[in-house]
Amino acid sequence: MSGGDVVIDVEHLTKKFGDKTVVNDVSLTIRRGKIYGFLGPNGSGKTTTIRMLCGILTPSDGHGTCLGLNLRTEAFRIRERIGYMTQKFSFWDDLTVRENLAFVADIFRIKDPTPRIDATLHDLGLTHRADQLAGTLSGGWKQRLALAACTLHRPEILLLDEPTAGVDPKARKEFWQEIRQFADVGMSILVSTHYMDEANRCDEIIYIAYGDVVAKGSIDSILTATGKSNLEEAFIYYMDRSHAEA
Amino acid sequence: MPKPESSPSGLSLRRMLALIRKEFLQLLRDRPTLAMVVMIPIIQVVLFGYAINTDPRHLPTALIVRDMSDMSRSLVAGFHNSEYFKIVADVKSDAQAREMLQRGELYFVITIEENFNRRLVRGEKPSLLLEADATDTAAIAGALAAVDGIMARLSSKEFVGPLAYLKQVPAPINVMVQRLYNPEGFTRYNIIPGLIGVVLTLTGVMMTALALTRELERGTMENLLVMPVRPLEVMFGKILPYTLISYVQSALIILVAQTLFGIPILGSMSLFFMVLLVFIVCNLALGFCISAVAKNKTQALQLSFMIILPSILLTGFLFPFYGMPQWAQAIGSLFPMTYFVRISRAIVLKGAEFPQIWHNVWPMLVIMLVLAVLAIKFYRKTMD
Repeated sequence: MSGGDVVIDVEHLTKKFGDKTVVNDVSLTIRRGKIYGFLGPNGSGKTTTIRMLCGILTPSDGHGTCLGLNLRTEAFRIRERIGYMTQKFSFWDDLTVRENLAFVADIFRIKDPTPRIDATLHDLGLTHRADQLAGTLSGGWKQRLALAACTLHRPEILLLDEPTAGVDPKARKEFWQEIRQFADVGMSILVSTHYMDEANRCDEIIYIAYGDVVAKGSIDSILTATGKSNLEEAFIYYMDRSHAEA
Repeated sequence: MPKPESSPSGLSLRRMLALIRKEFLQLLRDRPTLAMVVMIPIIQVVLFGYAINTDPRHLPTALIVRDMSDMSRSLVAGFHNSEYFKIVADVKSDAQAREMLQRGELYFVITIEENFNRRLVRGEKPSLLLEADATDTAAIAGALAAVDGIMARLSSKEFVGPLAYLKQVPAPINVMVQRLYNPEGFTRYNIIPGLIGVVLTLTGVMMTALALTRELERGTMENLLVMPVRPLEVMFGKILPYTLISYVQSALIILVAQTLFGIPILGSMSLFFMVLLVFIVCNLALGFCISAVAKNKTQALQLSFMIILPSILLTGFLFPFYGMPQWAQAIGSLFPMTYFVRISRAIVLKGAEFPQIWHNVWPMLVIMLVLAVLAIKFYRKTMD
């Protein structure tokens, strides 16, 4: 494993809803400035894991730190320093693009927010839509707004839950260029996805199935371990294996 | 890379203002809700302005008896037996009786004058004074109508033998009824001050109840939860805009009531609007509690109605509080509306001042604090 500071370090993270175990004994280490692909079939516990990492779900078991802060007791401090983009658009439809960004700026108490908001609008090509209600944007623009809003406060960790679902290929490509830039300036990114081409753009892969982490590491190490020629086949191999075990 | 600027426990004014601003913007763009906010008070005043009547009994009554005779005792027993009057106090002075009326503890004061019996026997038509709190017309109408019957029974029971000559028409007793505070006996005078309470409960509880469930249903709650905001900040953000709305509604009702019915306002409006704040915050905190426990809009609405219905039925707004059985009074005492109705009537119709309403203000303050604590406690800090 290559170096870099550890920003997320969790062990034995487990989440149960009633008797149903949704996430079972997940241990993860995430390092600064890297993009981690979080993969796994539907219902495998990706969203639940991400929600535990950002402190909006309390783990049933396990412990860990995020930016050196205790996941269970220092959730508020963690929230100030991470960004989380939900699977479904979760900014306010009845606020304009600018109002949404201004709200985020105030919540995170960004100093002198106007230039930063203007710059963000410009970078995203949203300047001419600044006064449009967010609810009237198309899927691709909504996704851009969401990314802009959850990175406005320059978080140290960015958690993205299937950010490109339902977005056209061109927008997806631009999206990945953008998050690669974030990673280059030291942001650590965990992104869940179903797309293999996206998995190939990640520095490391975490594969989760039925609540268990079945594989993690660089793409090369996963290909070597499975003896497959590409990620897609490797994942089908993992999926069949955990299915047989279950 | 940012550094945490806040002390971990500190509230942030900037965050709070951002939440308030956001709520306002959303509200202003929500035309149907805005229309409801304006229409509900107007429709309610017009509808309720036209009478609802009831026939309550056991209304608290004080006696001032200045004549110690069997005749007086029989008269008092007659009032008591009619079931309309419930004798709760023997008072000595008119001033004391008037004070109790003003505080809303009494509906009636019955005064039997000195030498009542002697003057009656002499055929001098002694007077029986019946002072009524006429702000609650519905409550006193039945009781006042029963007075004739009470007199008739007294006549058939007592005016026998040597006193048979008193059985005459017109009756040998001069019954004087004084309708205090609302001499014309308009029901709407009584309804409208309470109606402010109903409208504020209706819209206040419901709007705040929907405020958080809306975030939940639209998926924006997840975003709010993952942001560094304190529950208290969210609560202020939700409550402050609706407080303003509640004030606008109250002013609207008073305006419409004045224009349409010419309702007199005897007390101080500034006192009224000050006490109003406590009641408004009670409603909004209640709505916030509902909002925090309800899983969706339907639940929030159902829970709101569980609060709104008893607020209308068990608080003395429609039916006289003291006409209800003890258990119903006990339930009614838990609703801020019970105290607000009394305060509102006292200020608007009786010109009551702070000392005379304080005994109804402090229970509301207690309810407000309890609700605020519960609201914070119930507020979901996570998605568990």
